[in-house]
Amino acid sequence: MTNEKNIAIEAKNVNVYYGTKHVLKDINIAIEKNSVVAFIGPSGCGKSTFIRCFNRMNDFIESFRKEGDIIINNKEIYDRSIQVEELRKEVGMVFQKPNPFPKTIFENVVYGLRIQGENNKKTLRETAEKCLRDAALWDEVKDDLNKSALELSGGQQQRLCIARTLAVKPSIILMDEPASALDPISTSKIEDLITVLKKDYTIVIVTHNMQQAARVSDKTAFFYLGDMVEFEKTQTLFTNPQKELTQNYITGRFG
Amino acid sequence: MKIKEKIIEMLLGFCAFITVLTTFGIVYILFSESYRFFKEVSIVRFITDKEWTPLFADKQYGIMALLSGTLLTSAIAMVVALPLGIIIAVYLNEYAHKTVRNYLKPVLEILAAIPTVVYGFFALMVVTPFLKLLFPEISGFNALSAGLVMGVMIIPLVSSLSEDALYAVPKSLREASYGMGATKFQTSFRVLVPAASSGIIVSFILAISRAVGETMIVAIAAGQQPRLTANPLVPIETITTYIVQVSSGDVVNGSVEYRTIFAAGITLFIFTFLLNNVSHFVRKRFKQQYE
Repeated sequence: MTNEKNIAIEAKNVNVYYGTKHVLKDINIAIEKNSVVAFIGPSGCGKSTFIRCFNRMNDFIESFRKEGDIIINNKEIYDRSIQVEELRKEVGMVFQKPNPFPKTIFENVVYGLRIQGENNKKTLRETAEKCLRDAALWDEVKDDLNKSALELSGGQQQRLCIARTLAVKPSIILMDEPASALDPISTSKIEDLITVLKKDYTIVIVTHNMQQAARVSDKTAFFYLGDMVEFEKTQTLFTNPQKELTQNYITGRFG
Repeated sequence: MKIKEKIIEMLLGFCAFITVLTTFGIVYILFSESYRFFKEVSIVRFITDKEWTPLFADKQYGIMALLSGTLLTSAIAMVVALPLGIIIAVYLNEYAHKTVRNYLKPVLEILAAIPTVVYGFFALMVVTPFLKLLFPEISGFNALSAGLVMGVMIIPLVSSLSEDALYAVPKSLREASYGMGATKFQTSFRVLVPAASSGIIVSFILAISRAVGETMIVAIAAGQQPRLTANPLVPIETITTYIVQVSSGDVVNGSVEYRTIFAAGITLFIFTFLLNNVSHFVRKRFKQQYE
């Protein structure tokens, strides 16, 4: 299986079930490289489930079952030949709540390298600095690298988690409501960061916040009860939606 | 009605008070009898003498001869119980399939429910003969056999407390680790075990405390020969064994020989008391960490 040249993630006729519950219904989507795609929709619409298919975080749910193909780097990622650890190095994830390890700031950033067996001090230091800079956190923590990450504020912790993800050198970053637990200033810092990171990464972001989707994303997909109702250029989707359901959601008639 | 409530409250309070009273009673007897013992035998002798022979004509009161036995059997037990306990906890928490887990946990708990006298007998009649194949010079009574069996007995204590600690680590940390491509092994030992370290340390301390106070296994399988040694192949005697030996013997009530058991007992009490306090302290810090 192959992706088209400029496509990072492609889903073909994807159905997902939890037991007998049909949570994603025949989804088809192609996500372009170096773009930001936002998934929006009311709670329980399947957008988080879908994003967690891309790095197989759903594997931990016993009743999870998937049909159809999800193709990344020319491979169906649920294929037997795929090593899930390798996939997750390629497809990084930032979670809803900041989840730094109870270790030092430095050890948090280099965790991904350590598990790959990298112990060269110089390499670790350089990577840590570069990733913290890329995550716009370096200036705030450069003198405190050996302090516990738990002492940072929520917003700083989330940027640390982004830095930690960057250190593994993924090509795709999944963000599952990365700013929903943060204050407005921290949120805007994360959003600025997303627009910068877009140059080097493909980003898929799940968000409850429609303004956020409008601000950061190039394309937006609207999910409702397991269906992908509409997938369009963000500007088009918010100004001129094709479906009535989308129209109702973005104007706040339900949600 | 109000009077009735008052009476009920007093009755309930009295029940709780009984346990406090018992504790104070035991501590009082321990201290007062030990005090009388130490009036006749100096603490310096108690600590520096190399032999423990209060029942013989040539009386020596070196508690170290007993304490070394206790520490030796406990150390052997810890070498077995701590690593295996942690590995089992990690296996149950991160690797085991639900059905395996549902069978394995009750079986482990059975291990804790076996009477210690059965373990003692098992150590003497099964483990020691087996050890004789490996170490022909081993005595019929020895610290190694008793320690190993005691370690197995303590495994469930370590594994179940450690598993609780691992289970309490927020799910988000596991996700963070797996999300970066870590394996189960890396996630377990680089993230989960360090994050649960306080709880695991508590389980270790309680395990040591349990080993130090264990009586029946060592009384049956480790011998009754107080000896200041680190050799696990020869007979030794632990503090607890000595107390059993004297309590079931025919020493005269009120004699120095009789009071030796209180001196031995208070030594044991100080050890377990300190260990329990340390574990309490660690647990309190653990709570603050996750608040």
